[in-house]
Amino acid sequence: MIANLVQLAAEETEQNPLLPAGPELLVGTIAFAIVFFFFWKKLLPNINKVLDERHKAIEGGIEEAEAMKVEAQSVLEQYKAQLAEARHEAARLRQEAQEQGAQLIAEMREEGQRQREEIVAAGHAQIEADRSAAAQHLRQDVGRLATDLAGKLVGESLEDHARQSRVIDRFLDELEEKAEAAR
Amino acid sequence: MSADQTQLAFDWSCRILSDNGCGFPAPGLNSFLFKPLFTVGGFEFNKVMLLALVTTALVVTFFALAFGKAKVVPGKMQLIAEAGYDFVRRGIVYETLGKREGEKYVPLMVSLFFFIWIMNIWSVIPLAQFPVSSLIAFPMVLALIVYVTWVALTFKKHGFVGFFKNVTGYDKSLGAVLPLVMVIEFFSNLLVRPFTHAVRLFANMFAGHLMLVMFTVASWYLMNSYMIPAAGVSFVMTMAMICFELFVQAVQAYVFVLLACSYIQGALAEHH
Repeated sequence: MIANLVQLAAEETEQNPLLPAGPELLVGTIAFAIVFFFFWKKLLPNINKVLDERHKAIEGGIEEAEAMKVEAQSVLEQYKAQLAEARHEAARLRQEAQEQGAQLIAEMREEGQRQREEIVAAGHAQIEADRSAAAQHLRQDVGRLATDLAGKLVGESLEDHARQSRVIDRFLDELEEKAEAAR
Repeated sequence: MSADQTQLAFDWSCRILSDNGCGFPAPGLNSFLFKPLFTVGGFEFNKVMLLALVTTALVVTFFALAFGKAKVVPGKMQLIAEAGYDFVRRGIVYETLGKREGEKYVPLMVSLFFFIWIMNIWSVIPLAQFPVSSLIAFPMVLALIVYVTWVALTFKKHGFVGFFKNVTGYDKSLGAVLPLVMVIEFFSNLLVRPFTHAVRLFANMFAGHLMLVMFTVASWYLMNSYMIPAAGVSFVMTMAMICFELFVQAVQAYVFVLLACSYIQGALAEHH
């Protein structure tokens, strides 16, 4: 069929559109070869390099941003942790101070109590000693006075010591009984 | 056909309803003949050859300006050129051959696409008004380059026997039909394929150019007396055809490159 077509065309005219002209083949080859050569050797390697660079730049930018985000996140967490730790520490210190204060107060109170008791005890002892000394003294004085008085009254000296002390004692006992009865 | 019809310029005095007796100067094969612009030692250099070389100059200059000092942050020109480059690289080569296998053929395909496209576009450029690819020699050269490429590749990839298995679609499971299939495939792949590859581009541009010339000539021929409205219709058709041709020119460049890629893919394939 192709042959027929070619023949048909050839019959109608000397010109056959399916047969290439030699010079045109040559020019076509050269024209395309130049285009191909430039694209192959120079232009496409050029642009590919730039496209790669751009690709890397974009990828690099994204990676950088990602890294910065991660870093910011970690710093934030660090700060939060530090803040929480500081709060905890402050609370702990306050607690400790409170406990120490309470303990101090308790100790002071205890000490005060103890001192007070000591003072009171010392007072009691003093009073007791004074009283017994006074009683002792009084007894001697009263005895002497009573015998003096009795001697004057009776007119005789109660020389007999045994008798003397028996009288005094009896007198004093009577006094005490009276005092007890009066109470 | 008479000799005067091979003249390049048509008779301007031929108008409908005029009484000088000449009919419609229909465009034909004569529209594809050019007088040599100059002759160097028997080599006749004509307008189409000039356009082919201007195509080369244009493509190389444009891409040299765009990619020569390519920047990571592109200018306008680089952006446009990159879009074109990316269209062929990703849209055609990577799609058919894949990124790994295809990378090697990107320069060839990019060159083919832009060279063919610009050659086609001359069809509608004032003063040029002739698609270079409507002369069979130009598509033929390009188809031949693709043909040599994939045939050599098939030999290299599959060896001598493998080559014939590949191009004849050898497949034992076909059984009795296998010889028939092999004969058909052999002719289809090795003989018809390069021919159709070239002719598809050539014929599209050839027909497109004929249509354009016809409506253009008719617009002039009809512009007389009461036929002027008809001339208007013809003129509108010329405009419509120009738009349509712009579309066809791009599509044919695309198809040519797509087919080239699919041939190479066939050559690389393990099983036909």
